[in-house]
Amino acid sequence: MRAISPLALLGVWAWLAHSSVLPANTLPSPWAVVQQFRVLFTQQDLLGQLGVSLWLALRGLLIGVSLGLVLGVSAGLWRLGEELLDAPLQMLRTIPFLALTPLFIVWFGIGTAPKLILIALATTFPMYLNTSAGVRNVDRKVVEAARSYSLRGPKLIGQVVFPLALPSVLTGLRFSLTISVLALVAAEQINATAGLGYLMSQAESFQQTSTLFCCVLLYAALGLGADVLVRVIEKRALPWRASVAVR
Amino acid sequence: MASFGGGAMSAILTNLDANGQGSVLAAEAQAVVRRFGDQVALNGLDLELRSGEFVALLGRSGSGKTTLLRLLAGLDAPDQGHVRVPSARTVVFQEPRLVPSKRVWRNVVLGLTGERATKVAAVQALTEVGLESKSLAWPATLSGGEAQRVALARALVRSPKLLLLDEPFAALDALTRLNMQHLVAELCARHQPAVLLVTHDVDEALRLADRVLVLREGVVGAEVHLPGVRPRLIDDLDPSLRRELLAELGVVD
Repeated sequence: MRAISPLALLGVWAWLAHSSVLPANTLPSPWAVVQQFRVLFTQQDLLGQLGVSLWLALRGLLIGVSLGLVLGVSAGLWRLGEELLDAPLQMLRTIPFLALTPLFIVWFGIGTAPKLILIALATTFPMYLNTSAGVRNVDRKVVEAARSYSLRGPKLIGQVVFPLALPSVLTGLRFSLTISVLALVAAEQINATAGLGYLMSQAESFQQTSTLFCCVLLYAALGLGADVLVRVIEKRALPWRASVAVR
Repeated sequence: MASFGGGAMSAILTNLDANGQGSVLAAEAQAVVRRFGDQVALNGLDLELRSGEFVALLGRSGSGKTTLLRLLAGLDAPDQGHVRVPSARTVVFQEPRLVPSKRVWRNVVLGLTGERATKVAAVQALTEVGLESKSLAWPATLSGGEAQRVALARALVRSPKLLLLDEPFAALDALTRLNMQHLVAELCARHQPAVLLVTHDVDEALRLADRVLVLREGVVGAEVHLPGVRPRLIDDLDPSLRRELLAELGVVD
C-alpha cells in the first residue's frame, strides 16, 4: 500500500515529461535520467566522483563528530566544562553554517581545507548538543548505585555513564550524518574539481538537466543511506532498548 | 563526579576490616554531625552495628535516616565525627537501580574485579534469590520484584560485612513485599552480615530486626531490643512494643 503514492508520483512525472507540457530540457523523463546515469557511469566515472564526495563528507564528519563527542562529554560530565563550553557553542550554533562559506573561502582558499572545515563545523553542533544532554540526563541514581559498588572514574564513565547516554549520542550522530550531506552540497559549490559538485557545475554550464537530476537523486540517496546506517548502528549498539520497545 | 570524601577536615572515614565473627563490631558512627546549609540532618549521632546483627532504623521523613545510610555507604562524608565501616559493604536502594544497558548477570557482578566477576558467581547469587533463569535478561524486561531481587543478588555477591537496605521493599506490592522480607531474612541468616534496614514500616521492623532504633532530630531517640528468632510473626510479639514504637514516631493508636 505504501508504494502506491510514490509510484503515482513517478507516473505523473513520466506523463508530464512525455506529454511535452514541459520542454524536455526543463523536465527530462525518468527514462532519460536512467539513460543519463548510464552515460555518467561509463563516460564520466560516476563511481569515482561519488567516491570523492563520500570521502570528503566522511573526513569532515569524522572530525566534526569526534569534536562534538569530546566537547559534549566534557560539558555533560563536569560543571567547569559546561560553564566554559556551553555558552560559546550555543552562540556559534545560531550561525547558519552556509553563511560562513564565503568567509572560509577568503580564509582557507578554494582547496580541500574550506570544504572539510565547513562539513566538520556543521556536524560538530548536533553531536555536541545531543551528547552533552545525554550525559547530563543519565540517571543520577544509577550512577550513585554504581559508585557505591566502587565503580569510579573512567570505569564508571565507560561502563555506566556513556552506555546510558548512547541513545542520545546516536541521535546526535543521525543529525550529524544528515547535515553532513547538506554541508557536502554547500562545500562542493566551492570551485570543485572532482566529485558530485563538480559534475553539477559542469552540467549547469551545459544546461544538462538530466545530469542535474542524477546528482540530486544521488545526494538524496546519500541522505537516505546515512539514515539507514544509523538505524543499523542503533539496533546493534542498543539491544537493551529493543527489548523495551512496544510493538 | 564527586569523590568519596568531600567533608570538613574533622571528618574521618576509616575502614573497619576486623576479622568479623561473633559479636564483633562491624560498623560504627561516633558523634556524627551532617549539615545541609542551615539544616542539621545528623546532630552528634552514635551508632554501633555488630556482625550478624539486624538493626532496623525507623524515623519520620526528614529525621536523617537516609543521610545516615549514605554516610555508612560512603556516598557522603560527615561534617564532624567519625564513621568506621568495613570495605565490604553494599547498599540496596528503594529502586533497583540496575544498569539498563547490562544484562542481569553483568549487573550482579558490577564493579567486581578479576576472578570474582565471573558469570558463575553471578548465577550462583541469582540462584539464591531464585532468578537463575533470568541471568541473560535485560533489566527493562524484569518486574519490580524481580529487579529488586537482582539488586539483592548484586549486594550479596560481594559477601558484605555490612549490608545497608534503604527502604528496599517500599515500592513493591504487598504480596511481593512479604516474600521479599522472608527472602532477606533468610539470606541475612545465611550470610551473617551486619544489616541496617531503613524503613517507614513499624511492622516490617518488628518482623525482621533484632534491634529497632528510632531516629529523632538527628540522634537515636529510642532503642528497642526484640526477642526471639527472625523473621517473626507480629502476633507473637508483645503488642505494647508496637504501640511504644508508634508513639515514638508520633503516632497515637
